[in-house]
Formats: sequence, structure tokens, C-alpha cells
Amino acid sequence: MQLFGIRLPAMSSLIIWGIVWEVFGRLEISFFVPPLSAVVTTLFEVIGSAAFQKALYETAYAFASGVFFAVVIGIPTGIMMGKNRLLDELLLPWVNIFLSAPLTALVPVLMVLFGFGMKSIIITTTLFAIWIIILNARAGVMQINRSLLEMARSFGASPWAAFSKVYFWAALPEILGGVRIGVIRAVKGVIIGQLLISIVGFGALFELYANNFLMEHFWAVLVVLFAMAFTISELLGYLERRVAYYAAKR
Amino acid sequence: MAMPQTETVHETATTAAPDIAVSARNVSKNYGPVEALKDLSLEFPRGQLTSLLGPSGCGKTTLLKIIAGLLEPSGGDIQVDGKAVTGPGPDRAFVFQDFALLPWASVIRNVAFGLELRGINKSEREDIASRYIKDVGLAGFEHSFPHELSGGMRQRVGLARALSVDADVLLMDEPFSAVDEQTRRKFQEDLLALVANENKTFIFVTHSIEEAVYVSDQIAILLPRPSRVSDIIRPTGLREKDSTSIRRDPEYLDIVDEIWASLRSYVE
Repeated sequence: MQLFGIRLPAMSSLIIWGIVWEVFGRLEISFFVPPLSAVVTTLFEVIGSAAFQKALYETAYAFASGVFFAVVIGIPTGIMMGKNRLLDELLLPWVNIFLSAPLTALVPVLMVLFGFGMKSIIITTTLFAIWIIILNARAGVMQINRSLLEMARSFGASPWAAFSKVYFWAALPEILGGVRIGVIRAVKGVIIGQLLISIVGFGALFELYANNFLMEHFWAVLVVLFAMAFTISELLGYLERRVAYYAAKR
Repeated sequence: MAMPQTETVHETATTAAPDIAVSARNVSKNYGPVEALKDLSLEFPRGQLTSLLGPSGCGKTTLLKIIAGLLEPSGGDIQVDGKAVTGPGPDRAFVFQDFALLPWASVIRNVAFGLELRGINKSEREDIASRYIKDVGLAGFEHSFPHELSGGMRQRVGLARALSVDADVLLMDEPFSAVDEQTRRKFQEDLLALVANENKTFIFVTHSIEEAVYVSDQIAILLPRPSRVSDIIRPTGLREKDSTSIRRDPEYLDIVDEIWASLRSYVE
């Protein structure tokens, strides 16, 4: 972006909002919003603590497993739905319902079914991420150029070769888009899971800090979480741009 | 075992009536109540180029895709070297109107893709591919990607891919319709050289009368509603001509006029 002829570095808006936060915090308008500088100071303190590292490990484990299952189940399901009309008719209504459903309301049911442990948290994370991944993989497969499929067939591609050498790659831009949005939703899923199912990980830290009115600590953990979600999303966005050159030319 | 005399007799017979590589026998194709092709029979002589020419909707691409094994006929059958076609096979290679290149793969991988699907190892298939890349005039572009090439160059990639699998029959679906006029003329000249040098049977779908007359040994004119072969024209003297003087040849001009006269009433 350009302002008064000066080229602003990327994410300049974050600096402005950071200043707003700082000023707002210093004015002591609300107890719940400490100045950004205090939050940052606390952040480094918190990161070093054993409680944080344990929480990070627990959250990362649940998050990674949840995303793993969402991707490994979601992409093939979406591709098969895009290819098979019958399967599509059977599954699409459910996918659409779960995509827009308030999944948080389902979490107590999961607790009854799968207990209060890590398993339920992972399933919650997967449920938050998987639907958009399925829908995008499906959309990606459905827009593949017909002549590309005829080309694969006419040169004698086996079903597996057609899938792994043509379908997957041709749908990759959409698939990656779906995974990126799914991962962002998984961050929500893992925190909600940790708060509602068992108080572990970052969920436990939020609970602890909020209940003890340690707002600087609370915000510090939140900032760390945002930063991690943002980094993962940007990383996937980068991969997406690497395949975008052919997205318009299939 | 045939006796020497019978072999001689057989050979005279082939020079009189050329050896047939592909034949369509009473082929029909229905899409629901719509008859795309009705009881169509046509023979394609070996080593020659046959054009399927006709107005849009006459089923020429449908026929080509049935020959390729990509579509199943509702009735009748296609025989390639006397064997009925049941699906795509290594004896036929297809050149697509919109090129159908893998946009994420380099030129060399695209050209070698048919061989890759056949399980030929990487170094061998890339050797073959780079030879055909040179043949179609794309040397130096082996590691470019399709989106970096012009339309004409992309179709050269599609052509090299079809040539590299070394099929006996080359099926071309309006291969030059998506490239500009100058490129198309160059392509047509190159195609004449290809037909002369490669001992392959070419089946070529086009809607351009001039293009059909210029490149063909045999032109099958297809008419719609119901689709049928209305006429087969075999230019006799054009093959011996130099590729640059064909368009001034009286026979060329006469055939173009004759075909236009028979097609004009079908053009809305």
C-alpha cells in the first residue's frame, strides 16, 4: 500500500492497531485491557514458564492430530464426492449442515461418547476443520477440465494413476485453500475442546489467568496463539500461491 | 502358408484398394432421444490422412472420440487393424483441441506423460520425449511450463506427446482451431511433412474446408440430422505438389468450391 507517496511495509496496519492498544491500555479505561507493552513483557516471561510449555505441547499435539485426521479423511472424501454422483448426493447435505452447525453445542455429546480425554479434543478439532476441506476438495475436482481427464484415459491411465497424477494436482489449488481455512477453524476447535472437555493446554491457561484476573498473562497467551495461527495460515497461503500460477489455466 | 502366387495377387489388390487401418461399421450414438450419429460407416486407409469435415453438430468429434475409445457407441463398432475397439488403447493417440496439457508439469514431462503412464522409466522416456520435442521444433523449451508458451507452442507439445507413444493411429480433434492463422498455416505445412515421413494413419477433425483440402488424402463430409457421411472426396494430384503451391492449384480450388456448394445449405 502507498500512503502520501511512501510505500508502507507489509502489515503496517498492525503497527497502528498496536499503538491504539497501547494508548487505550495506558488510559486505564478498562481493567481487562492492559497496555500492549506490559503484555509483551509478560509474554516473554510466560513463554519461559513450564506451565506454558506443557500447555503448548498439549495443544500442539491435539491440534496436529486433529488437522491430520481432517486432511487425511477430508481430501479423499471430497475428491470421491466430486467424482461420484451417488456419494455426493448422499453426503453433501450432511457436509453442508455440519459446516454451518454450531459445533460447540455438539461437544458435550462427544464427551459422553469419547470421554473427557485427549481423544475427544482431537475429534472436536477434526470436526471443526474437516467440512470445509471436504467441500473445497470436491469443488476442486468438479472444475477439472474434462479434456484433461480424457487425456489421462486416452493415454491409458489406471484409476490410481489418474487420481495421483491428474485429479489431485488439478484440484490442488482448491484443496490447499480448503486446508488453510480448515486449519484456522481447527485452532478454534482445539481451544474450545480444551475449555469444554478437559481443562488442559492453552484452554487451561486461559481459564487459570482469566479466573485470577491476570489479564496481562491472558492477553500474552492469546497473542501467542494468534501469532501461531497466523503463521500457519500464511505458510499455507504461500503454498497456495505457489500453485496459483496454474489455477487459472487448467 | 500362402503360396507365392497368392501373395502377388494380394499385393496387387492392396495397391488397387489401399490397406484399411481403421474402419467404422454402422456406428450409432444416441444421447437420450438425440441421435448424434446414425448408422455411419467409413474406412480410413493406412498411412493416409482422412479429414472429418462438416458443420458443427454433425457428430465429427463424437465419431473421433468413439474411435479413441473415449465414448462408447450405441450401436455398431470400430475396428483398428481388424480388432474391435473396447476402450482407449496404445494403438491410438489423441491430440486435443484445447491441448490438455498438465499445467503443473514441464514440457518434457508433458511430452513424456503417455510413456510415464505406461511405466517406462524416467531416463528412457525423457530420451524419447526430447527427441520428439526437437522434431516439433521446441528444442530449448524442455523445462518451460505450458503457461509460458504461446498457443501454437502448446499444441506442438500436445502433438509431441501423441507422437512419443508411437501409436499407429493419430486422432486429431480440431488441433489447430485454437491457434492464430499464421501459426495454423505453418502447422498445416508441418502436418503434410509428418504424414509423408511417419507411417501413421491420421484422422483429423476440422470445420475448415480449406484446411481439410490442404492436408487430406481423403475427406469425409459429414452432414447433420441425422448424421451421416454424405460424400467422400479424394484429391488426386495435390500430394505431389510442393506445399507452398497447393493453394494455387486448380484442383484445390475446385474441391474447396465443390465442398462449399454441398455444405452451404446446412449453415444457418
